[in-house]
Order: sequence, then structure tokens, then C-alpha cells
Amino acid sequence: MAGLLDIVGGLLMVGGTAFLVFGGLGLVRMPDLFNRIHAGTKATTLGTLLTLAGAACLRPDWGWKLLLIAVFILSTNPLSAQVLARAAHRIGAAMSVKTRVDRLEEDQGA
Amino acid sequence: MTQARHPGVQFATLLLFWILLNGSLAPDVLIVGVIAAAAITLLLPGAIPFFGQFRGNRPEAWVAAIGYFTYFFKELVKSNLRIAAVVLAPSLPVSPGIVKVRTKLKTPMGRLLLANSITLTPGTLTVDLDGDWLYIHWVRVESVDIDKATAEIVAGFERYLEVMYG
Amino acid sequence: MAEALVSLAVLLAGLAFLLALWRFLAGPTAADRVVAFDVMTVIGISFIVILALLEGRGIYLDAALVYALLSFLGVIAVARYLERGY
Repeated sequence: MAGLLDIVGGLLMVGGTAFLVFGGLGLVRMPDLFNRIHAGTKATTLGTLLTLAGAACLRPDWGWKLLLIAVFILSTNPLSAQVLARAAHRIGAAMSVKTRVDRLEEDQGA
Repeated sequence: MTQARHPGVQFATLLLFWILLNGSLAPDVLIVGVIAAAAITLLLPGAIPFFGQFRGNRPEAWVAAIGYFTYFFKELVKSNLRIAAVVLAPSLPVSPGIVKVRTKLKTPMGRLLLANSITLTPGTLTVDLDGDWLYIHWVRVESVDIDKATAEIVAGFERYLEVMYG
Repeated sequence: MAEALVSLAVLLAGLAFLLALWRFLAGPTAADRVVAFDVMTVIGISFIVILALLEGRGIYLDAALVYALLSFLGVIAVARYLERGY
């Protein structure tokens, strides 16, 4: 029962949740909203995918349903990030003082 | 925008979704699934452009799709390692900005996949779309020049998506 | 061994959730809170999947799927509200 697949599954889950922690850390440390969206979206997408893959290794009979959740996360996560980023820019969310260029602002001001 | 409709493809996609959701091929499950999928296909034709606009009749589109997913997952992992390195570094090395890039893709689905892919890959986040133009938030701006930024951000995915969707 | 790893995963996911919660409470703007909420939801999905594993109940996965669907719609709705005020 406690085969290699179980160990691989457990390691995948630990790796995945570690990326979730990086995402949370990015959310806390990043200087402005846009950079926080970066950290939040990318890290949680891969983190969740790895966690789901790990769960699929531990319970292969759940594989299809886990795949369905993975496909769903993969297609909706970047979309909600984009929608949030666009909304944030349109309401003029503050950008970090480190920001070097904003072509969108320039084009809309023109 | 007129788009080719493939009711059969949509029906099959919905039915597959239903079967995966139930995890069973029992007759009663299948009958309900067939009825529901047929009803949705009739009432909401063209609701799933993902497969409808895919050029599945061309073999090279399938090869490109495999290349696309391979490239995508490689970039996703790279992007996460880079984000991890940034948030763990005490100095928080970011020099963000919003740059403008241009895409050659014409179909809505191709553009959507491109925008999504850019969001999930290293240091880039799609903020807004305007026709052929995409506005990208870049954690570490390497170039504000449109052509250079396009080559850096868009070209990798566009190569595959161009064949898949046009 | 696998059990120990899954327990570690629970701890890490909990830590990630707390970090996101800090951003949710600290703000400073509504948009920051929505981003934090979005991240908390995705972490929540991982939690539900881990819980399904620990309890051995596959039905929880359906809950995770519905949760993902609803939170996605929620984030879209809030973003539209922020953008246009309705």
C-alpha cells in the first residue's frame, strides 16, 4: 500500500503547498496591487495544480475529477487576475514608486 | 464576428464534462447527460469556442497544440521559480511597468489563450486588451520598445497559437 | 511517510492562508482585498482536496469544484462593480 506513488504524491502536495506559501508571501511583501496579483495568480495556480497532482497520486481513482478541477483552475485563475488588473487600472490603483513606465496610462491620456 | 459552429464538437465536450463529473458510465447517467448536452447545444449554440474555433481538421494544429502545452508548463514552472526568488529576496528586486505589445492573432479564442498564457508566465500579467494591442504589466521591465517587448513576451506562444487558431 | 507529508502540506497551506488573510485585513484598498480573497479561495480549494484525502470522501471534490466556480463568478462580479460602480 505504502508504495512509491504515495511518497511521490505526498512530495507533490508539499511542493504545491510550498508554492502557495510563496504566493501568500508575495501578497504580503509586494509593493503594489499589480505585483501582488502577479504573485497571487502564478504561485497559486502552480501550487494548486501540484497539490491536485499529488492527490491524484494518492488516490488514482479520483484522477478524472481532480483533472476537471485542474482544468478549471487553469482556465479561470488567469482570467480573474486579468479582470482584477484591468479594473484596478481603470479606477487608478496606486502603483509602486519603482514603476518605470505605464504605456496604458499614456495611451488613454492621449 | 461570424464563426464556424460545430454542434457535434460542443455536444461531445459537454457530454465528456458530464461523464467526468459523475465518474460513471451507468445507463441512467448517460441518458441524463445526453439529454442535457443536447438541450444546451440546441439552446446555446457556439457557447464553447475553445474547440469550435480550433483547426482540428489540420494535422499541424494538433502538433502545435502539443508544443503549446509543453511550452506552457515549462514557462509556468519557470515563472513560479522566479516569483519565489523575488519574494524570498530581502531586497525585493522589482522594477515594474506596463508595456504595450502587438499580436498577429485574429480569432477571439486565440487572443484569449494568448492573454491567459502571458498572465501565467514569467513576470508578465495582461492588464488590458485593445484590438491587436495588449497592455502587459511586467515585474521587471526589460524593454519598453514595442517590437522588443513583443518578441520577448508574445512570440513564444504566438508561434503555436497561430497554427492552432489563426 | 505519505501521511506525514500530507500533514506537512496542511501546515504549509495553513501558513499560506494566514499570509493571504493578513493582506485581506490590511488592505489598504478594496482591490487589494479582492486579490487576497481570490488567493484565499484557491488555497481553500487545496484545503478541501486535502480534507477529501484525509477523510477518504470523494464527494468533497464536488464541493471544491462548485466552490471554484462560485468564487470565480464572485471575483468577476466584484471587479465589474469596482470598475463601473454597478
